[in-house]
Amino acid sequence: MSKKILTVSNLSKRFGNVVAVDGVSFDIAPGSTVGLLGGNGAGKTTTLGMLLGLLLPTSGLIEIFGEDMARNRHRVLPWMNFSSPYVDLPHRLTVRENLIIYGHLYGLSQVANRVKTLAIDFDLSDILGRPAGKLSAGQKTRVALAKALLNEPRLLLLDEPTASMDPDTADTIRGYLENYQRRTDATILLASHNMSEVERLCDHVLVLKAGQIVDRGSPSKLIARFGRRTLEEVFLDIVRGQISNA
Amino acid sequence: MILRHYYLIRGSWPRILELIYWPTLQMTLWGFITVFFESHSSWVAQAAGILVSAVLLWDVMFRGQISLFLSFIEEIWSRNLGHLFVSPLRPGELIVALLLVSLVRTLIGVGGAAILAILLFDVSIFTLGVPLAAFFTNLIVMGWSLGLIVSALVLRFGQGAESLGWAAIFLVQPISGVFYPISVLPSWLQPVAAAMPSSHIFEGMRAILIDEVFRVDLLTNAVGLNLVFVVISIVIFFSVLRYARIHGQLLQLGE
Repeated sequence: MSKKILTVSNLSKRFGNVVAVDGVSFDIAPGSTVGLLGGNGAGKTTTLGMLLGLLLPTSGLIEIFGEDMARNRHRVLPWMNFSSPYVDLPHRLTVRENLIIYGHLYGLSQVANRVKTLAIDFDLSDILGRPAGKLSAGQKTRVALAKALLNEPRLLLLDEPTASMDPDTADTIRGYLENYQRRTDATILLASHNMSEVERLCDHVLVLKAGQIVDRGSPSKLIARFGRRTLEEVFLDIVRGQISNA
Repeated sequence: MILRHYYLIRGSWPRILELIYWPTLQMTLWGFITVFFESHSSWVAQAAGILVSAVLLWDVMFRGQISLFLSFIEEIWSRNLGHLFVSPLRPGELIVALLLVSLVRTLIGVGGAAILAILLFDVSIFTLGVPLAAFFTNLIVMGWSLGLIVSALVLRFGQGAESLGWAAIFLVQPISGVFYPISVLPSWLQPVAAAMPSSHIFEGMRAILIDEVFRVDLLTNAVGLNLVFVVISIVIFFSVLRYARIHGQLLQLGE
């Protein structure tokens, strides 16, 4: 049995003739925060979709908590959660109703208390009674994050967790995620276009290009290897073709 | 999931009104037609309330189908399928929740209309007695089967197929013998009608109201055919769900 929280082996996904993910392999140790970087169409969302079981891989293996996701995903789903700006919550239900429903779906015993706590953590108290469809983009992202943390997941998958947030709110959220990770020793995999966010939160980075991992390492090591000052400069070098040896 | 639909309906007066609006409207329309026909048609006069009973039973199937379909498509409209399918909720549990929500909506809608039929036209569908429960069960189960199939079609073909959800059941109505015996259909169409569980139910209803006979054979036919319908609809739904997971529909569908 692997001690890794997540192991991905030779993962591929094809849509007709288009290869969205091409033979990706990586693993994630417990308690780490890993960034999935790449330009538009690099395969980040497709990879996350496969990890969550929303997409079936064309080939390859995904193991989470030692379970084969193709066969036993329902054994591990209670310990996972995710947030994405591309998947909404029911528009006509209020924020509170949405969080209560998902609290029940994740089998929480003290749903109301958990919702109350998360409402304070994510500054949602004033909008709990508002329909989810009438929130601003930044508010929706905070609600999606609150939903993602309802069950205190041991594995948290985040697709652009601070999308549409103002810098102040985004900074608060990053701080919250850091604290959450420290407090629970949870593992976080996040896809983001925000390189300063990745630099701050992640201890390891996977860089995707055209469906393949073209580089990997800690942000500081990648920066040093490319002789750059920031991860953003490294990212630009990679996506524009100046790839170092991974 | 049941709570989710309770919140949805509770928070929207048009949805509450809609629960009972169409069954009541249909029942009232056919009630007045019956009042007229009773003085002009010996067949309808033989069994007072046959058309009202037919329309109420038809609405059981219609409500069953459309309620399930609407509950499912709410998740697509709100782009919520992604969240649902990464939660511990299993697809089978989702279906059971949809069925229960549909059952409650149908009971409220058709039950309300059935009570109004007694008050307005002195026609009680409850005079069908114990067989009414069997008719209700078979019709709602067939409605659910159709609802699952059209939900699967929307999942497969996207929201362009949504109109199918509204139209599909009306394709079945003419061959269900709701208001007339299937013997009036062209001979080539009668086998098709006989393959519908609903046609046996409506024949059974007429047998009780006109001949005052409960036809066990018709009920047995309906149950057998319904089993086939249920299996086919579940196979289609799960096949399409797999297709959706292969092609990424769970991430992409939405308003």
